[in-house]
Amino acid sequence: MTVNLVLIVVIGVTFACGVTLLLERSLTRIVVGTLLIGNAVNLIFIVASGAPGRAPIVDESDPSPMSDPLPQAMVLTAIVITLGVAAFLLALAYRSWQLEGHDEVQDDVEDRLIMRLADLDEASQSYEEGTGDPDEEGADPAEAER
Amino acid sequence: MTADSAMSFLIPLPVVLALLGAGVCLAVGHNARAQRVISFVVLTAIVGIAATLLWAADRDGPQVVYVGGWPARMGIVLVADRLSALLLLVSAIVTLSVLVYSVGQGIIEFGRDTPLSVFYPTYLVLVAGVSNAFLSGDLFNLYVGFEVLLAASYVLITLGGTGPRVRAGTTYVVVSVLSSMVFLIAIAGVYAATGTVNMADLAVKLQEVPEGVRVVLQLMLLTAFSIKAAVFPLSAWLPDSYPTAPAPVTAVFAGLLTKVGVYAIMRVQTLLFPDSPLSDLLLWAALLTMLIGILGAIAQSDIKRMLSFTLVSHIGYMVFGVAIASDLGLAGAIFYIVHHITIQTTLFLVTGLIEIRGGSTSLEHLGGLAKAAPVLALMFFLPAMNLSGIPPFSGFLGKVALVQAGVDRAGWLAYLVVAASIVTSLLTLYAVAKTWNRAFWRPRTEEPDEVGEWVPSTGTKSGEPWGDTVTVTSVRSLPRAMVAPTLTLVALGTALTLVAGPLFGITERAAAELRDRTPYIETVLEDGSMPGDSAAGEVSP
Repeated sequence: MTVNLVLIVVIGVTFACGVTLLLERSLTRIVVGTLLIGNAVNLIFIVASGAPGRAPIVDESDPSPMSDPLPQAMVLTAIVITLGVAAFLLALAYRSWQLEGHDEVQDDVEDRLIMRLADLDEASQSYEEGTGDPDEEGADPAEAER
Repeated sequence: MTADSAMSFLIPLPVVLALLGAGVCLAVGHNARAQRVISFVVLTAIVGIAATLLWAADRDGPQVVYVGGWPARMGIVLVADRLSALLLLVSAIVTLSVLVYSVGQGIIEFGRDTPLSVFYPTYLVLVAGVSNAFLSGDLFNLYVGFEVLLAASYVLITLGGTGPRVRAGTTYVVVSVLSSMVFLIAIAGVYAATGTVNMADLAVKLQEVPEGVRVVLQLMLLTAFSIKAAVFPLSAWLPDSYPTAPAPVTAVFAGLLTKVGVYAIMRVQTLLFPDSPLSDLLLWAALLTMLIGILGAIAQSDIKRMLSFTLVSHIGYMVFGVAIASDLGLAGAIFYIVHHITIQTTLFLVTGLIEIRGGSTSLEHLGGLAKAAPVLALMFFLPAMNLSGIPPFSGFLGKVALVQAGVDRAGWLAYLVVAASIVTSLLTLYAVAKTWNRAFWRPRTEEPDEVGEWVPSTGTKSGEPWGDTVTVTSVRSLPRAMVAPTLTLVALGTALTLVAGPLFGITERAAAELRDRTPYIETVLEDGSMPGDSAAGEVSP
């Protein structure tokens, strides 16, 4: 199987850009990042299909120098799916901007709450203190955890 | 169509009917009543079809259909073996119950700021995606199945577009998109290495691929599926995104979506990579998933979040069974999947009822429900005990099978995971008992919070399509249409104990079939067998 070096380099660079954008907080940049990664993955399929040949159309060209049509069909499917998801993500970004005035991805409120409790070294608010426990089997291992 | 069995015409129907139903639902978007009837009829039909398929697959072996009449290796095949058919049946029953529940919840009637006609079509598309993933005999079609169910789940998880849901949905969508990308890269790699994406064909051809390449492909597939199945360390997205969605949506996600990932792991591990060198890695993943998930559950003070963490934790049991990969281990894992789909869905539905009855799902605001709503208390207690594995419930039976399989495997790592699974079971009991005590047992109190101000946790207080009339003090009677399906699922989960013998028989035969591999491969390749004219990277004319 021959591999096109230019394609490999393009895939690498696109991927790197995509990952960089994905690590941003702004949702719009994340969308662009996923699009770049999606395109890089599509190029991987082109590489996987082997050496390029004639157009894979029956009765049009000889079977032997044809390109492999299956990866092209897969890439088409993948492109369509990526497009749909990107549209949905953009809608989310727009909705987020409508609600919050920006499109930054937020932290989870409950996570931060629990982290704050851990910082204060306090027990969770649902921690039972000394009340009669009808299901006592469960309490033992939990005590070991604390 | 080159079907050699009478039943194979049924195989595409769960996908086709669901998609058709979704289309018709969209067409009659102005008429909620028609949408409900169509959805109900379609899902009932799928339950019947799945039961027939399970019966046929158990009697005659795997059922195959070559979509479009293309021979195997050329086109897409759909395969219903015992594992696929069993999971299809359970998921169909669960989705049907959740549909009835959501009708009762009145997402459609009472919503104001939701594009309302969207719920039923999307729900049916979700069912189509799940069915397609279970039935697919082709790696790329499995990807398409995943994408269909994910796309539907994106819409459902952000239903109404409120702030917390947009926040949770963003995490969910981005993580899912990434896992799909990893899956696509793996498919490209598999195709480059073997020249096929047909799973039966791959099972043969991957044996000729060099060991190193095979391990890389396996790792990539496992990574992609582990994100979807929420296996630690790829599980952090789940407890963040699930709790904010409407109760029926969370219930069906928790029951089904992660299990589709587990199913994919199981299928790939048994069919494509038997005797893999990565089973120790999977054992570690199972160990950490169980322990870290359940420790997260203990720290939560919201029932939905607590349940989301136990969901992650109990995925570990299934991965444990897959990692052992003995007959008993796989049978136990399949049994556990069936048990867990039912129980986890039930618990989330009950939580939805608690929210209506008690006005909140936060443990600080609940209390005295055992006296106020004894039936509700029973509906929570039974599946909760079932989840934590109290004998004689099915959770106990599944865990016993897995522990037995772990002990049979021997070795310090297996013993360690067995110990962890028992500790996890006890800690699950602690987590649900704590919830039980706070929400149901203790008298109702309205204490001020000691630790700072209380921040509304999951966005289910206000701005929710139907939830904003519920206040902390509201004591409503529960709509019968919501209680009935929940009770049905509670009864079903409890009845799993009664039918455990026959059910375990089926899962044992399914596990034997998975380990044997030849029935699957021979049934799929028999019809389209052509002399090896499809070498790597070339097209067969």
